Formats: sequence, structure tokens, C-alpha cells
Amino acid sequence: MSTEKNTVEEKIGALRELYRRRGYARFRMRQFEAYDFYARNKNFLVSENVITFTDLDGKLMALKPDVTLSIIKNSDAGEILRAYYHENVYRPTKSGTFGEIMQMGLECIGDLDEYCVFEVLSLAAESLDALSPDWLLDVSDLWFFSTAIERTGVDGETGDKLFACLGEKNAHDLKAVCSAAGVCEQKANKLLALLNCDSDPRKALSILESLYDDAAWQARVAAFGAVLSALPEARVRVDFSVVSNRKYYNGLVFQGFINGVPQNVLSGGQYDNLLARMGKSGRAVGFALYLDRVEEYFMPRDAYDADVVLIYAPHTPPRLVAAAAAELGKNGDAVTALPALPQKLKARRVVRLDENGVIVC
Amino acid sequence: MLNIALPKGRLGEKVYAMFEAAGFACPAIRENNRKLVFENEETGVRYFWVKPSDVAIYVERGAADVGVAGKDILLEYRPDVYELLDLGTGVCRMAVAAPRDFRDDPRRVLRVATKFPHIAADYYAGRGRQIDVIRLNGSIELAPILGLSDVIVDIVETGTTLRENDLAVVCDIVPISARLIANKAAYQFKNEPITRLQAALAAGKETT
Repeated sequence: MSTEKNTVEEKIGALRELYRRRGYARFRMRQFEAYDFYARNKNFLVSENVITFTDLDGKLMALKPDVTLSIIKNSDAGEILRAYYHENVYRPTKSGTFGEIMQMGLECIGDLDEYCVFEVLSLAAESLDALSPDWLLDVSDLWFFSTAIERTGVDGETGDKLFACLGEKNAHDLKAVCSAAGVCEQKANKLLALLNCDSDPRKALSILESLYDDAAWQARVAAFGAVLSALPEARVRVDFSVVSNRKYYNGLVFQGFINGVPQNVLSGGQYDNLLARMGKSGRAVGFALYLDRVEEYFMPRDAYDADVVLIYAPHTPPRLVAAAAAELGKNGDAVTALPALPQKLKARRVVRLDENGVIVC
Repeated sequence: MLNIALPKGRLGEKVYAMFEAAGFACPAIRENNRKLVFENEETGVRYFWVKPSDVAIYVERGAADVGVAGKDILLEYRPDVYELLDLGTGVCRMAVAAPRDFRDDPRRVLRVATKFPHIAADYYAGRGRQIDVIRLNGSIELAPILGLSDVIVDIVETGTTLRENDLAVVCDIVPISARLIANKAAYQFKNEPITRLQAALAAGKETT
């Protein structure tokens, strides 16, 4: 029973150790921040709804819905901040109520070079590997589709529609949007080629190379290839349908999956635009792990309420019950000592103790 | 094993025939009984019959790897899934309809009765029109007849129900048809059967 719980905790411990060894310090934040701070950056949040309350000094405060914003606030110009966090955040859930979500993540902010970006991407891959041997990381560079859209000459609203189609792998509606906007077939086909791009990194790079000849495009393909080549080929897929919030994200974006978990368990990317919006210079890259989704994966439902239930006879001296429970729990089993077996309790094993402290069955 | 959620009813039966022709047959599904789950190990498929509006939820949450849902459901509930193919069946349209003598008075807030509040809100937001959405669960056509609403936003197939109730289409919002959707994680780990299914259905669509 306790083994599965320990597994989750062990995985979290392994991740912390991984980040620490790479020079990332744990960032601890307050439970509350001024509401105004989140209100200014509400578009970055998963939801605009946050839990607010008036503090004793009259200030409107919010229960933290996000950690990244607070980490950015603590970054200094001219330096590189490497931080990881393991915090509960409070957000609306799909059931329409607020929920407490355990989140772990990592951010690298400041005067970053290409190595820093690669380091975070590689830590994302290693994080997935630490969680499960059967994982996949989808990597995209938003620049390619954005640039291909720019080159069609469509307006911003049409561009948003095209990005929405890309996010859904929706080729049929993408064709319809292109047709309605008067995009020529040749340019529409380039958008389709990105949407339908082969996930194999080598094949994807070859497709990318064939789309546009100009130097800027080819240089970006080469840079993308350099990042991909340093990641484990069998586990990394190119997928341009990874489209994060483009107001904040730019460049590389990625999503991680573990076999058996029906949603992505990791999401991240470069968010230089967010930094700029918060008045900071430099670049930023990071990712979040959705531990609530991972926990469900590592913690299958228990078939039993207890490993061992120890039923002791009336008047058994407490020290004898304690000694028997300790003996039964030596192999790591959880032992629940009770005077009688409750009707609804489902135990893997039931053991009875007589009043002399002897196990009778 | 590929888990497939199909919408119960006529559309589901039509869609199953397309899947069968695409090489994903499961003969047990044609047996006349009350079972909800059907499996064929040979073709590696397991089908479920679910309420049409629930297909997207089954797929989004991973209970099904792929499914077939109407575009109306996808637009209304916006599930986080891939929309891989327009199956070209179950074709109809989402439209605004009103009594024949309806005249839109822009000075007034437009009262809109619908089963699809998101679609209605999005449509009128795009036109900058202020509306009062009245969410109903059925017999939408009754709302303007009884003065509950000015217009309705609903699915129109043949238009017979509208005509019989002295209503007429004011404008079309979006064409609707059945779409093949996939769970995002299943698409990663069951990529081969899912893309094979997508390609076979697309090929089958072209030949019909």
C-alpha cells in the first residue's frame, strides 16, 4: 500500500536531485501574492480566475495560481537565474471549481545562450525519463509556422485560425481557412506540410529544408536540427501541433507524454515575450510537470484498505498489541490494529491476537 | 488494442460501416443486443457505443483512443483533442433561425435560445452584438414561438421542423459534420494504428 505512494515521492526526490546537480536552486514562494500582479499578467495564466481575499491590511491578495510569474519577478538583469519549484497552485479545474494542483517545474531566465535553451530541453527529456521508461517528447519551433503564415500575407485573425487548426492537426479546416482567405495553393500546401510533418526528426528536418530556400529559413532549420540531434532520437518527435500561447511563447515549445497517462505530463518552451511584457530584458525558457496527472499514473487504486488488520482480544495489554503490530509490519506492510473487524474494511490479511499477545490465526 | 468511441444511433451505425470498410471490423457490433462494448482481437479494435455528446469526453480523458464526434460538439465543448478527419457524413449546419417576420432591432439586446451557448456567444461576439443567451435542452423552436427568445441558434438538417413552426433560417454560422478525433497521448503511443485508420478512412471517403 505505502509502496506506490513512496514511488511518487521517490520520483519527485529524484527530480529534485537531478535539477540540483545541474545547478538549479529550489525557489520557494509565498502562498499569496498581490492580486494586481496576476491581474496585470492574466493572459499568461491558464485561467483568469484566481482565488482572492482581502488581507488584514486591506490589500487584495490572491492565492498563487502560477509560479513562473513570481520567478521572473525575482530575476535580475545581466544574470542567469536557474530555479526549480515544487509547489501547489490554485486554479479552476475542468469540473468548474477551484482545485489545488501540485506542480513542479524549472525555469532558466536571463542572458541565455543556445546552450541554456538546450540544457532545459534536455532536462525536460531527463525528467520524463526519471518518471517512466516509456515516454515521448514532442518538440516544435513556433517560428516555422508563424513565418509560413506571414509569408501568406493573411491578417492576424486568419493567422490565429490557422494556428488553431494546427493545434488540432485539423488539415480539412486549415484548407478551408486558406481557401476563404484567398491563400494560393502553393503557400497553403506549405502550411499543410508543417501540419502533416513527419514526426521522425531526420525526415522532419528534410521536409523543413524543402519548404523555403532563403537563408533565414535554412538557418533556423539548422538551429532546430542542432537542438534535436542532441536529444535521444527514439524518444523525440517533431510535432508542430504543439502551439502554446503565442503572446508569451516564441521559438522552441515542447510537450511530454508518458504511456498510460491520457494527457501531456510536461509542457514548456521559450517565453521571451512574457519577459519583455514584464519589463525584463533577456530570454527565458522553462517547463512545468503536471504531478497531479503523474500521481494518478503511479498510484493505481488500492484493492485493499489495509495490508494487515490485527484484531486483538479484549483486555490485551497495549504493549503486546504494539509488539505484534511491529512484528507484522517488519516487511513494510501497513498494519492496522483494531478490537474488531469493521464490516466495510477490506484487508489483504487479517490476523487475530489473543489476550496473551499470541497470534492465533 | 485501439479503443474507439462511436456515437449511438443512426450516425454511429453509418460511421461504423466506414470503419469496417477501412479494415477495422468488429462483427459482434452488428449483433442485436444491449451490449455497449465490442472487441475484435483480430483487427485490434474495441468499440464503445456512447451518447453522441459524450464521445469527446471519452476521447479527451483517454477512455477511448479515437472517436467520432460532430463538429457542433467540438465547437461547443472545445475538448483538448486532435481533429484528424472530416468524415463527410452527418452533414448539417449550425444556423440562426427566427419567426418568418423577424426583424433584428439593434437597439435591443437580442435574446438567443440555444443548446449551444458557446457557439452562439462566439458568433455574436464576432459581430459585436450584445445578446442574452437562454440555454435550453430541447424543443428550441418553441422559444421564439412563445416569445421566450427573439432567435434560436440550432442545428438545421432539412429545415422541415423550422418550416412547420413558421420559422426560417436567418443566417448560417458554420457547417457541421462528423469528425474523427483522437486523444493526444494515444496519438503518440498508438500512432501507427491511428494514422492507419485515418488514412484508410480518408481513402474510403474519396472513393465514395
